[in-house]
Amino acid sequence: MAAFGSFALLIALALAAYNLLAGSLALRWIATGQPAAVSPERLADTARRAGIAGFLAVTAAAFALVWSVFTNDFSITYIMEHSNRALPGAYKFSALWSGQEGSLLLWAWLLGIYGFVLRLTHKTDVKLYAYAGTILAGIQVFFLAILCFAAPPFSLYQGAIPDDGNGLNPLLQYPEMVIHPPLLYLGYVGFSVPFCFALGALMMRYPGEKWIRVTRVWTLVTWLFLTAGIFLGMHWAYAVLGWGGYWGWDPVENASFMPWLTGTAFLHSVMMQEKRGMMKSWNVWLIFSTFLLTLLGTLLTRAGLVSSVHAFAQSSIGTWFVVFMGVVLAVCIFTYILQRGHLKSEHHLESLVSRESSFLFNNLVLLTACFVILWGTLFPVLSEYVVGNKVTVGAPFYNRVAVPIGIFLLLLTGVGPLLPWRAASFKSIRRNFVLPVIVFWVTAIVCLAVGVRPWQEGALDQGNFYALVSFAVSAAVLTAIFGEFLRGAGVISRQTGKNLLEATWLLTRRNTRRYGGYIIHIGVVIVVIGLAGAAFNRNIESELALHGKMTIGPYTLACVGFTQDSNLNYNSEYALLDVSRGGKKQFQMSPEKRVYLITGQPQTMVAIHSVPSWDLYVVYEGTNPSTGQPIIKAFLNPLVGWIWAGLMILVFGTLVALVPALSPATASLRVPARTVPSEPALKGGQL
Amino acid sequence: MRRSARFTFWSRALQAGVLAVAVCFSLGATDASSRFNDLGHRLMCTCGCAQLLGECNHVGCPESGREREELKAAIADGKSDQEILSWFAAKYGATMLAAPTGHGFDLVAWIAPFAVFGAALLGTILLVRRWSVGKTLAAATETATMDPAERERREQIRRDTGDGGF
Repeated sequence: MAAFGSFALLIALALAAYNLLAGSLALRWIATGQPAAVSPERLADTARRAGIAGFLAVTAAAFALVWSVFTNDFSITYIMEHSNRALPGAYKFSALWSGQEGSLLLWAWLLGIYGFVLRLTHKTDVKLYAYAGTILAGIQVFFLAILCFAAPPFSLYQGAIPDDGNGLNPLLQYPEMVIHPPLLYLGYVGFSVPFCFALGALMMRYPGEKWIRVTRVWTLVTWLFLTAGIFLGMHWAYAVLGWGGYWGWDPVENASFMPWLTGTAFLHSVMMQEKRGMMKSWNVWLIFSTFLLTLLGTLLTRAGLVSSVHAFAQSSIGTWFVVFMGVVLAVCIFTYILQRGHLKSEHHLESLVSRESSFLFNNLVLLTACFVILWGTLFPVLSEYVVGNKVTVGAPFYNRVAVPIGIFLLLLTGVGPLLPWRAASFKSIRRNFVLPVIVFWVTAIVCLAVGVRPWQEGALDQGNFYALVSFAVSAAVLTAIFGEFLRGAGVISRQTGKNLLEATWLLTRRNTRRYGGYIIHIGVVIVVIGLAGAAFNRNIESELALHGKMTIGPYTLACVGFTQDSNLNYNSEYALLDVSRGGKKQFQMSPEKRVYLITGQPQTMVAIHSVPSWDLYVVYEGTNPSTGQPIIKAFLNPLVGWIWAGLMILVFGTLVALVPALSPATASLRVPARTVPSEPALKGGQL
Repeated sequence: MRRSARFTFWSRALQAGVLAVAVCFSLGATDASSRFNDLGHRLMCTCGCAQLLGECNHVGCPESGREREELKAAIADGKSDQEILSWFAAKYGATMLAAPTGHGFDLVAWIAPFAVFGAALLGTILLVRRWSVGKTLAAATETATMDPAERERREQIRRDTGDGGF
């Protein structure tokens, strides 16, 4: 199977190279009109077909690796290092992305899937898709070349073949780890597609903004995958690492967050290009940057440039990525300089207080956040280079710098939709903002009254202060968004006689993009409320003998037993804890500690009881070696459930935004009191 | 007159809001501090787990238990936060501090993000102002020479399309 897999990868590389060369040649002939021995259109089509065949070849290679994991083929080094016989079936799939070579194969395979879909749907716009497909083939050549020459997943084990493998990293033996990496990779890899469309459209001087509409769907889908991947990673960290948190500002986490920020900025700013023909250069560079950031993130975390707890994926492929990034950047700059005349804006911003400027500020804030994270990730390297002194840039830095930026962004989430396009009058500002401002102050005062105190013993408590501001801004933003829904639904309700709920449904279906966007904003606000809850986390650690008790918040945890279990994969110890509140038993929790047999590595399985107001999070930390008593650590983490609920809303909103609108949103609303201008008049006006 | 009354109303409303906030702030001044928790989240565990000292949860961790005891002792000795952080940095190296300090090259880490944001913000504001001035001049010239019917038609279109959605 190793030979089959290696051969499949070589075939895939040859097909991708043909796609790139033949596609480039054909597009060159079409662009210049040079006479050629073969029809350029037919040559371009053979290139496209080679791309489709290449996908089948990569799929065969991926299948070969999965097959080798399931058949315990330890003659392949990768399988020997990342799997073992007792590994449960679902986690055998995880072996595909648990190491460097496998994860690069997953990358190439996902890129193949995206390319397959792109090449199959080429009739949407044959020429644009031919450009995009050819550029995508260039990216595929890079990844397949790495797989064939620098990080081969099918290299054979040297020496006597062992009976069993080293096993999978215990941290990866958790259900979410079967879903989280593929989703994250789908997001990461997916940004290649909008990049290809943007670069292709620029190369061919694509007329109009249709490429933006095509790209928007790809970007939104990719963004959805990346968002879900990031959140699942947070949940995994929360449920597995046992430190009570979900985000540690590790370089790998940062690497996934940076393209998310620029991708989000792109999704907002393309609206200005579609609506007003503005920010064309900006948008092109945003998507270029997003793609480059996916490569940079990979370089940072795999080349050992920065230290990360995700060290299982580090190797020496950094040089390949540096060269490839250099080539991509050079192509982007060259194409931009050559074609920049095509990107002249049709309009400029007219006012600082308008929908356009809110998008612009939103972009600025998102890019600043991206810069902060990149800066924080690279500063230890920079410091060591400049002054020879390595420093740590951890959570306190990001909390102090990134959190205020996040709150400002949240504020813009509420402000932007309330501003009209072009310019806002003082009257409209007053009409739209009075209620959210009142809600902001009322929420702030209520929070202060119930105990969210930013001032502790004469000093500012940073966490509480940010929480207070977050709650107040969140309430104001929610008011603004629901106000938008109510305003639109009210009009439909009056026109159609439907009740408000039905009218809201109809309103959303008529303009899925706008109201899907609002639902996403609601999700973001809910997530922020959940994140703000971290300011009030509490924890207690105690040795807990049988029938011993510990109290945290309103809960009392009583130990009713300790027991052990074992299977072929691991031995486990766990505690049985009766949890009571107000003297009445509510439920039982059983935090667990596993020790994996093949690696001897311990692993925490946290017990979590989640209610809307907080999570009771209990960790069995093991036994105290000197007393033999089990150690239990309990956390009371307020509002964590809101983060996951926010994700659900966010995903729902994105799906709504992806659904085509029922009918043109503006066509069905008639205003009887006014004379509607005729169509020729509208076309003649400046819209 | 009406405008003045409205201004007075909003001014008083703002004063009342500020007063309410001030009262609530003062209510919070009695909570107990947790310097140990705070400092534990400004130091890293040195065992290589990449976790904050206050959050390191390894049973049998060779470093965090001792370092926590040292932190407790330093607080009990009445040292200031800065003295404690400096002591740990001197003993275990600068990487024990979870964030760059406010001195020397470390200061660049703190300044750069705000400097970049400030410069970008200022640049954008100036650019938009330049565009809007140019637009106003162009519009004024255009409007002065425009037929009144055409001007009214354009205003009608602006009114109808000015508040579009996404």
